[in-house]
Amino acid sequence: MAGSKIKILVGKPGLDGHDRGAKVVALALRDAGMEVIYSGLHRTLEQIVRSAVQEGVDVIGLSIMSGAHIPICRTLLTLMKAQGIEDIPVVVGGVIPQQDVPKLTQLGIKGVFPGGTAFEQIVSGIRSAVAQQAA
Amino acid sequence: MGVAKYVKDEQDGIREVVYQSGIRIKPCYTPEDLAAAGFDYEKDLGHPGEFPFTRSLHPLGYRSRAWTTRQYTGFGTPEETNKRFKLMISHGQTGLNVAFDLPTQMGYDSDDPRAVGEVGRVGMAVNSLRDFEIAFKDIPLDRIGSGLTINAVATIMLAMYQSVAEKFGYPKEKISATPQNDILKEMVGRGAWIFPVDPAVRLVGDAIEYSVKQLPRCNPVSICGYHIRESGASPAQEVAYAFEIAKTYIEEVQARGLMAEAFVGRFSFNFNVYGNLWEQVAKFRAARKLWARMLKEDYAVTDPKSLFLRGLFGGGGSGLTKAQPENNIMRGAFYALAAALSGAQTTALCSFDEAYTIPTPRAALLSLRTLEIIMDEVGLRDTVDPLAGSYFVETLTKQMEAKILAEMQEVQRIGGMRHAVATGHIQRKVSRQAYEFEKGLQDGSYVKVGVNKYTDSVENPPDVELHAHEESWADEQTAGLRQLRRTRDNREVTRTLKALESGTRAGKNVMPYLADCCRAYTTVGEMAGVFRQVFGEWDEPSLF
Repeated sequence: MAGSKIKILVGKPGLDGHDRGAKVVALALRDAGMEVIYSGLHRTLEQIVRSAVQEGVDVIGLSIMSGAHIPICRTLLTLMKAQGIEDIPVVVGGVIPQQDVPKLTQLGIKGVFPGGTAFEQIVSGIRSAVAQQAA
Repeated sequence: MGVAKYVKDEQDGIREVVYQSGIRIKPCYTPEDLAAAGFDYEKDLGHPGEFPFTRSLHPLGYRSRAWTTRQYTGFGTPEETNKRFKLMISHGQTGLNVAFDLPTQMGYDSDDPRAVGEVGRVGMAVNSLRDFEIAFKDIPLDRIGSGLTINAVATIMLAMYQSVAEKFGYPKEKISATPQNDILKEMVGRGAWIFPVDPAVRLVGDAIEYSVKQLPRCNPVSICGYHIRESGASPAQEVAYAFEIAKTYIEEVQARGLMAEAFVGRFSFNFNVYGNLWEQVAKFRAARKLWARMLKEDYAVTDPKSLFLRGLFGGGGSGLTKAQPENNIMRGAFYALAAALSGAQTTALCSFDEAYTIPTPRAALLSLRTLEIIMDEVGLRDTVDPLAGSYFVETLTKQMEAKILAEMQEVQRIGGMRHAVATGHIQRKVSRQAYEFEKGLQDGSYVKVGVNKYTDSVENPPDVELHAHEESWADEQTAGLRQLRRTRDNREVTRTLKALESGTRAGKNVMPYLADCCRAYTTVGEMAGVFRQVFGEWDEPSLF
C-alpha cells in the first residue's frame, strides 16, 4: 500500500441530506492526494457496499448526522462481512456524541471523526487505518 | 460559520476587515461615504412602512407588535409532539414550527424498510391523518399558525393540515399554515428532495395555486436562504439565491394564468442571522428593499402589502459550536439582537445544545426566553429601525444591495435557478466555499472562540444533557400504522390513490386529490409512492 494513492468511498447512508460535512471532507481528502468517490445522497447501505466492491476502494468513510450512527454502522459491518469485504476499514464522521466513540470502536469502526475534527487528523486517521489493514 | 476575515498587525490592531459577502470595511465612516454610495433617504429608505420598506414593513415596527416566536419543535410520536406544542404555547410561544422525521420528509411510512432507525428521530413521524389528529389535539388552529418544515411532500402535508382542521371543525378559510415547500433549496442544501427538478417545481406551484384559491390565510411557500447559507453560501448569496428561487416559483405559477399580484404576497422567507452583526442587519435591510423593488418593477405588483418581504429571520445553527457549548447561549443572544435590529417579524433561535442533540425542553425554553428578553428588557421595541442614518450601516446596506444583485445576475447568466440547480452548478459553488471557510477556520484566519482561540480553558468534555430518543416510539408508531391499515376503508384508499394517479398524470393540480386521500386515511408513503411512480426520482449531479 505504501506510496500508492488511497481510494476512499465517502458515503451518505440513510435519508439525511445534510451533506456539507461530507463534501467538505471529500474536498479535503482530495487535496490530501486521495482518490475520492462520493456516493451522493440517500444511499442504502446495500448500495454503499455494492459501490465499495465495484470501485475496489481501500476505505469507506460514512457521514452521519441523524443520530442513527450506531445501528447504521452495525448493519454496514454485517453487510460487508456477507460480501466478504470486511477487511476494508470503515471510518465515520458527523454528529457523534463523545460517549458513542468507544461504542463505535468496539463495533469495529477504525476511526471516528466528530464534526470539527481537523482535516489533518482525518487524513492521518484514514492513512493509518489503511496502513494497519495492509500490515 | 460566518465571521469576517481580519488581518492584524503585531500589536493586535486590526489592519483589514473583509466580510463574508466580500465587502471591505473601513475604520471610520462619514457623510462622505454616504455621498459616495449615492445614498438618498427617499429613494433608498423611505419612512418605515413605506416603499421600499428598507426600514420596516410597518410604520411603528415593534411598537405596534413584538415579533412572533416560532421555535422548531416536533419529535418522536405525535403524542410526544402534542405535549411539547402545548408546553411551548403555555410558555408564550405564538406559533408552531413543526419538525418531521426524515422518513416523513422523504415520503416513506414508518414501517418502510428505508425508515429503520429514523422513525421519530429528528421530528415527528406522520403517516396519516390519524397522526395529525393526535399532534394537533386541543391546539386552536384558528389562532395558532403552523410552519410545516416539509418540502418534497409539502403538498401532501398541506392537504393533511387542511383535513385535520376540517375534522376539528375549523373552516379552511381560518387556518394558517406555512409549509416550507421550497424544493430548490433542498436540492442546493438540505438534501430532502425526491423528484426531479421539473415535477418538483410543479408540485410547489400546485400548493401555491391551490392556496391562492382555497386557503386564504395560508402562506404556501417559505423560501429558505437559511439552508443555502448553512451549506456554505455567503449572506449576499443567501439572499440572491433565495430571490432567484422565488422568481422560479413565481414564473411557474404565472404560467398557470395567475398574475403575480394575486399570490406573491403569500410568499415568505426564512433567512439566517448568524455571523457578523452589521453584515446581517445590512443584508435584511437591503433584502426588503430589493424584494419590493423587484416585484414592483419586474412583476407589476402594486399592492404595498404584496411587496413585503415577510419571513422568519433566525436560527443560526452554523454559528453554534460543539466546543464549549455554553458559549452558544451567548451567541444566541447576539443572533437574536441581530434579528431584532433587522426588524424580523417572526423569529426562532437554535438551542445551545444542537451540535449534540435534538434540543432538550430546558434548552428550547432558554432560546424562547432569550427572544423574550430581547423584546421585553433590552429596549428593542423602543423605536423603529434604530440603526437608520448611521453612516456605516447605510453605506453597508447599499453595498450589500450591489453584492446581492451581482450574485443574482450570475445565476441569470447561467440560465436561471432551475438550470443552475439541475446541473449542480450552485451546489458545487456553495460546497467549495464551505471548504474554503473550513480551511480558514482550521488555519485560524477566521476566529471562533472556543474552537480556534481560547480553547484551553475547558479540560473536561462538556456536560450536555442529551435528548432522549426512545426506541419504543418507532414500535408504537409502526404498530399504530398497522392497526390503521387494518381498520380503515381500504376500498376508499385505493379509489383515492387511483384518482391521484390519473390527476397527476393529466397535469391537474394535485391538491384536491391529496385532500381526498388524506380524508380516507391514505398514508404519506402511499401518496408519495404515486408521485414516485409518475415522476421518478431525481438523479442528483454528484459534483463536489
